Amino acid sequence: MKRTLFDKIWEQHVVNERQDGSSLIYIDRHLVHEVTSPQAFEGLRNSKRFLRRPDLTLAVADHNVPTENRVEGIKDDVARIQVETLEKNVKEFQVPYIPLMDSRQGIVHVIGPEQGFTLPGCTLVCGDSHTSTHGAFGALAFGIGTSEVEHVFATQTLVQKRPKTMLINVSGKLSVGVTAKDIALGIIKKLGTSGGTGFVLEYAGEAISNLSIEGRMTLCNMSIEAGARAGLVAPDNKTYEYIKNRPMSPKGDSFEKALAEWMLLPSDEGASYDEIVKIDATSLEPHLTWGTSPEDVLPINSQVPDPKNIEKETLKNAMQDSLDYMGLKPGSLLTDIKIDKVFIGSCTNSRIEDLREAASIAKGKKVNDSVHAMVVPGSGLIKEQAEKEGIADILIQAGFDWREPGCSMCLGMNPDQLKPKERCASTSNRNFRGRQGRDGRTHLVSPGMAAAAAIAGHFVDVRNFN
Amino acid sequence: MKSFNKLSGIVASLPQLNIDTDAIIPKQFLKTIERTGLGKHLFHEKRYSKENNLNENFVLNQEPWNKSKFIVAGDNFGCGSSREHAPWALLDFGISCIISTSFADIFYNNCFKNGVLPVILDEKNVIEISKLADEGIEISIDLEEQQIIAQNKIYKFDIDPYRKHCLLNGLDDIGITLENENKINSYEDKLSNKKWYVPEKI
Repeated sequence: MKRTLFDKIWEQHVVNERQDGSSLIYIDRHLVHEVTSPQAFEGLRNSKRFLRRPDLTLAVADHNVPTENRVEGIKDDVARIQVETLEKNVKEFQVPYIPLMDSRQGIVHVIGPEQGFTLPGCTLVCGDSHTSTHGAFGALAFGIGTSEVEHVFATQTLVQKRPKTMLINVSGKLSVGVTAKDIALGIIKKLGTSGGTGFVLEYAGEAISNLSIEGRMTLCNMSIEAGARAGLVAPDNKTYEYIKNRPMSPKGDSFEKALAEWMLLPSDEGASYDEIVKIDATSLEPHLTWGTSPEDVLPINSQVPDPKNIEKETLKNAMQDSLDYMGLKPGSLLTDIKIDKVFIGSCTNSRIEDLREAASIAKGKKVNDSVHAMVVPGSGLIKEQAEKEGIADILIQAGFDWREPGCSMCLGMNPDQLKPKERCASTSNRNFRGRQGRDGRTHLVSPGMAAAAAIAGHFVDVRNFN
Repeated sequence: MKSFNKLSGIVASLPQLNIDTDAIIPKQFLKTIERTGLGKHLFHEKRYSKENNLNENFVLNQEPWNKSKFIVAGDNFGCGSSREHAPWALLDFGISCIISTSFADIFYNNCFKNGVLPVILDEKNVIEISKLADEGIEISIDLEEQQIIAQNKIYKFDIDPYRKHCLLNGLDDIGITLENENKINSYEDKLSNKKWYVPEKI
């Protein structure tokens, strides 16, 4: 029987098949952060249960953390208590923890791979929907709620219904200036925000093989924006090279043994999927969202859509509501939209490659006077590397605000927020109403597009920008 | 967990598509370390003005919908963030059943862990119930029978049998899983010869 990458991981992890068709699956890796864990730790305590496998767990604070003047601590009392609660809990339950002032601290989905915690073929969960990021390594990785966090704490397993599989084949080569972010946005444009509901996506094809590991993380990260809890890319030599010699990854003989197993993971030729979607990479352009859902997305050289052209009443109304919220006129050019803020960061686009991409655009130029542009590296180690490579200098000299790592303005749980009606070119993953700050207006783009917009003061086609 | 069997009450209609969990409970309320007390912040940006005044145009602020026990909503309800604060906030407000054509996966799962029942009906039926909701007509749901009764009309729905069983009896998932602890132990025994499997210490 020919099996997909997903089939292989799933079947290896079934602890028990239940009569109702669901399965108890084993969880190999559990990432924990301050926002979705306190009630789960409390649940363990109340029921006098213990945390079964602290050795397979890793915790870090990222959502609530300040990205400037960190030495002064967290000023918001409620946020500080949440981070302190995490610190107390990891001590009590002996969970490995990366402290706030440690240079390895960063966004949970950036530090997992960076530390070698994420491995091919493993099942990995976290109380965060963007856990799909880790699928870039051929790990079955998905977000869970707090009750499921507690379930994993207590049992190291989860009850799951076997999802369906969807192959997304991205053939051909990307043009210069078109990135993994644009593949992700292009896929969401095609599938819609619920097209992937109930599926695990597997990304394959020439354009995917050519992506760096960082690019694959960006792509898998946004699987959830298409409704899919998980996205996968088969591991290859790039994956193994990335993992080798990371602090938490297997070493020496152990690595070789692991590698032998990982190499069996890619889908068998001719394995069948529940659905297959084809995308032509050569026709993809830099994308930009115009509305309040990631599916409200168009290539940069388009016009703001007109609700008049939409037949179905509910969709017409939804579009009009989005345009009203975003303050956009139908028919105007996307490249005429002026911006106030730029946010380069988040678990989608805050890795070294993303910062290099932004720096290559910003080199020798200046951020427009009307724009405040911030760069928030995904981890302390990425920040250090960017400083060593001279990327930080390029960005600082261009007028970018260079910050400490964390989730920051992706969701604005810390002080990094949009003011009402402020318009932001953001490399994050969600343009929901109020996501980056009440009445704030978010446009999702790649790091290169964000950097170019910062300099021009409005959106531009990064392919023609110099 | 509280059990769920029968429920009758007012329905609030929120026909917008893709209502995300950021809208259900915005980020500033995720800093809590409790599960309770979120009801007053449910749909915060719709319910309150920037100055924190009650927005009287929003359905959940109006009589009789301020006592809603059901929501009937547009497609893909609960998309986005995995925050379980969303069902906690709904429950704390008094809503324990949501009817829509479709739900996002993580939200759908989270509901069942908290005694909230998400019901999937086809678009025609969702629109019918939405109209009744706007008229302030009470509806009833019977989980055992898998039906909603609204103005003498019966709407049948499907539900996973295990989830139904857990909701009806208010069962604790973890307790059920631990009944199979010997199977988890033997799975782990098989792993013990894979030295590479456990992360190196940091």
